[in-house]
Amino acid sequence: MSKLPEFRLTAALVASGLMLGSLVTPAIAGKLGLGREALPEEIAAWDLSVLPDGKGLRPGSGDVATGEEVFAEKCAACHGEFAEGLDSWPVLAGGEGSLTDRRPVKTIGSYWPYLSTVWDYVHRSMPFGAAQTVSIDETYAITAFLLYSNGLVEDDFVLSHENFTDVKLPNADGFYPDDRPQTEYPLFTKEPCMSNCVAPVKVTKRAIELNVTPEDSDGRPAGSLPPIGAQPDKAEAPAVVPPPAETQVAAASPAPAAAPAQAPAPAATPAPASVATADPALIEKGMTVFKKCAACHKVGEGAKNGTGPVLNGVVGAKVGAVDGFKYSKVLLDAGAGGMVWDAATLDAYLTDPKGFLPKNKMAFAGIKKEDERAAVIAYLASLGK
Amino acid sequence: MTDEPVSQSRRGFLRSTALAGAGLVAGAASARAAAGPDPKITEVQDWASSFGDAVDAAPYGMPIRFESHVVRRNVEWLTESPVSSINFTPIHALEGTITPQGCAFERHHSGAIELSKQDFRLMINGLVEKPLVFTFEDLLRFPRSVTTAFCECAANGGMEWGGAQLEGCQYTQGMIHNMEYTGVPLRLLLEEAGVKPEGKWVYAEGADASSNGRSMPLEKAMDDVMVAFFANGEALRKEHGYPARLVVPGWEGNMWVKWLRRIAVYDQAVESREETSKYTDLMPDGRARKWTWVMDAKSVITSPSPQVPVRHGKGPLVITGLAWSGNGRITRVDVSLDGGVNWQPARISGDAKPKALTRFHLDIDWNGEEMLLQSRAMDDTGYLQPTKDELRKIRGLNNVYHNNGIQTWWVKADGEVENVEVA
Repeated sequence: MSKLPEFRLTAALVASGLMLGSLVTPAIAGKLGLGREALPEEIAAWDLSVLPDGKGLRPGSGDVATGEEVFAEKCAACHGEFAEGLDSWPVLAGGEGSLTDRRPVKTIGSYWPYLSTVWDYVHRSMPFGAAQTVSIDETYAITAFLLYSNGLVEDDFVLSHENFTDVKLPNADGFYPDDRPQTEYPLFTKEPCMSNCVAPVKVTKRAIELNVTPEDSDGRPAGSLPPIGAQPDKAEAPAVVPPPAETQVAAASPAPAAAPAQAPAPAATPAPASVATADPALIEKGMTVFKKCAACHKVGEGAKNGTGPVLNGVVGAKVGAVDGFKYSKVLLDAGAGGMVWDAATLDAYLTDPKGFLPKNKMAFAGIKKEDERAAVIAYLASLGK
Repeated sequence: MTDEPVSQSRRGFLRSTALAGAGLVAGAASARAAAGPDPKITEVQDWASSFGDAVDAAPYGMPIRFESHVVRRNVEWLTESPVSSINFTPIHALEGTITPQGCAFERHHSGAIELSKQDFRLMINGLVEKPLVFTFEDLLRFPRSVTTAFCECAANGGMEWGGAQLEGCQYTQGMIHNMEYTGVPLRLLLEEAGVKPEGKWVYAEGADASSNGRSMPLEKAMDDVMVAFFANGEALRKEHGYPARLVVPGWEGNMWVKWLRRIAVYDQAVESREETSKYTDLMPDGRARKWTWVMDAKSVITSPSPQVPVRHGKGPLVITGLAWSGNGRITRVDVSLDGGVNWQPARISGDAKPKALTRFHLDIDWNGEEMLLQSRAMDDTGYLQPTKDELRKIRGLNNVYHNNGIQTWWVKADGEVENVEVA
């Protein structure tokens, strides 16, 4: 590690007696005896790491065909049935030879150096929103399927703890440790030039031409400081000057007189009359809870089906009835049987999605807290169609 | 480098305005005076006569409503999901060096979780003499230290590799915050467990669904890394890892694991998803740098900038900005008004602490003509902040991370400011 500037600097400071000691603490004679010994069961539950040499792998196995089934059920909602990635969700297969392209496709096959990373991440952190629900054998199966999707194994391949380290990913040698101290620091360590350093310059690129910056309602970049000259007028009449749209959501109550009008339904069509009396605080809380859902479900004006269907007007609607969304069989059957999304069915579904409607394709563990379910249902009810 | 605010150009300005006579400087305040006495002065205002708020009007105070625009903001098209996303510190609207927690940028990989002190457990395992579990109360009984450090996402400025893209330093350099932390040196916790001789790497992971595990060499873990539970004098905020997070001074923000639950000692790097698939830097030959932990020296002018146009016309103008280096202390910052042809030294205001944000100022007499503003930082290793093109020459356009190139703001004659590149 001595090539790192970090340590070089530290060594230099120590040598010159200038150690800054930002983390200096009183010298302690020996251990403090704090904490308690971790039990083997606890370590087994928390130390799930799998290292590049296979340390940490749990015994088990899985084949490509099983992996394809599990992947379709738990992963394809975002990553696509062939690991090709839906919308902007990560692409997991393909991309070979693309790393020098202007738009490289970094996948397990084209970029990832170690298979252990795939196993470790799927088992510990996937599916998104329902981590640690993939069993050990399922993890082997998904990993085998991903190898197959990348053309690295045949369709009869079985991955297990015994053959795991035999698999080498194509880009295993594509990485090298940080070499900035050797390749960049010598170039950029120099006396600063102060005058006539380059020939006169001209503007060559303007961000404004891309027009991708979030904007305030006046068309300026979002968050622009307001003119100080104009501010006192606003200050004199807080009740009639609405705060910027985004602060209506974020601020606790910037203008008390306007509070009842702040029932937040961002960019949504007008709420149906029946929920006009709903508790604005509950709806606002529900909007926060909904962030857990927003990865897959869009709402508001112009919302389109994504990984999940649009949820405008879902409360009171037949199950599985949003136009253009490809539902699982179980939701279509429930809708055909007359099931409607109301407070009771939504609550049951959100409590335990897979338990309430087995084999549906929503990759979501559910909302455990009753008050959060009530809030998100109130929020959904506040959305128009 | 001096802390004296009076500059050559300001004295020049005072002399020239005295000669030219008053009233040449445009601006709201002076316009009012020209039209007659200011009623804000001549009339008794409500606030000068009646009561203001009683104490306890806000048991925990929030910024006054006139500052409601000073908030974190995100760029929705950047990510597919708001629970695995990032927002940006409003650095254009802040001064000094400390970032208030309430507007310090957030980066979550699976949402900000609510973890109480009662539910908190920190495990230390792996190549140690005795694997341990600490409660939060245990942590409070270790000797503490205090340190100020910047936390910068490795991807700060990553959208600008291909050219100027976003309008405002909140978006181009705002994946950064700077806080004063109090906590326990990680070294003390590791020593309590006893690191075995074969232990070379320390792996930290969080309690959230992403876990966001990262490996670091044992030397760094034993040097200045902290398990922090206070920031800016109060408990960490939920979105910054309450009740305890890792502080890894000078190194990329992804390693500052939040909602810390486990520290493990291994004989090798784990090579987790966050240090292979992500946070590795693709080079033009198709290979990639890994373990690029250090954030190199960098600076940006925070005002004027696209979100802070010059509205007062020509005359005295305060140029203010931030500089920082993960390799040490900022020793100088230079500012150019002409896109890097000529430079002048800026003033370092306050302390320049190692691996912490440093404030610089330059007071000029603006002649009202357009400017191409740039700032350029140097740290105490002698490293001079490069231009974006100097970086691209080495790293190409697909590097994604660690863009510490010089930023250019085009200040036009009407005071509006654009993010541009020059050549």
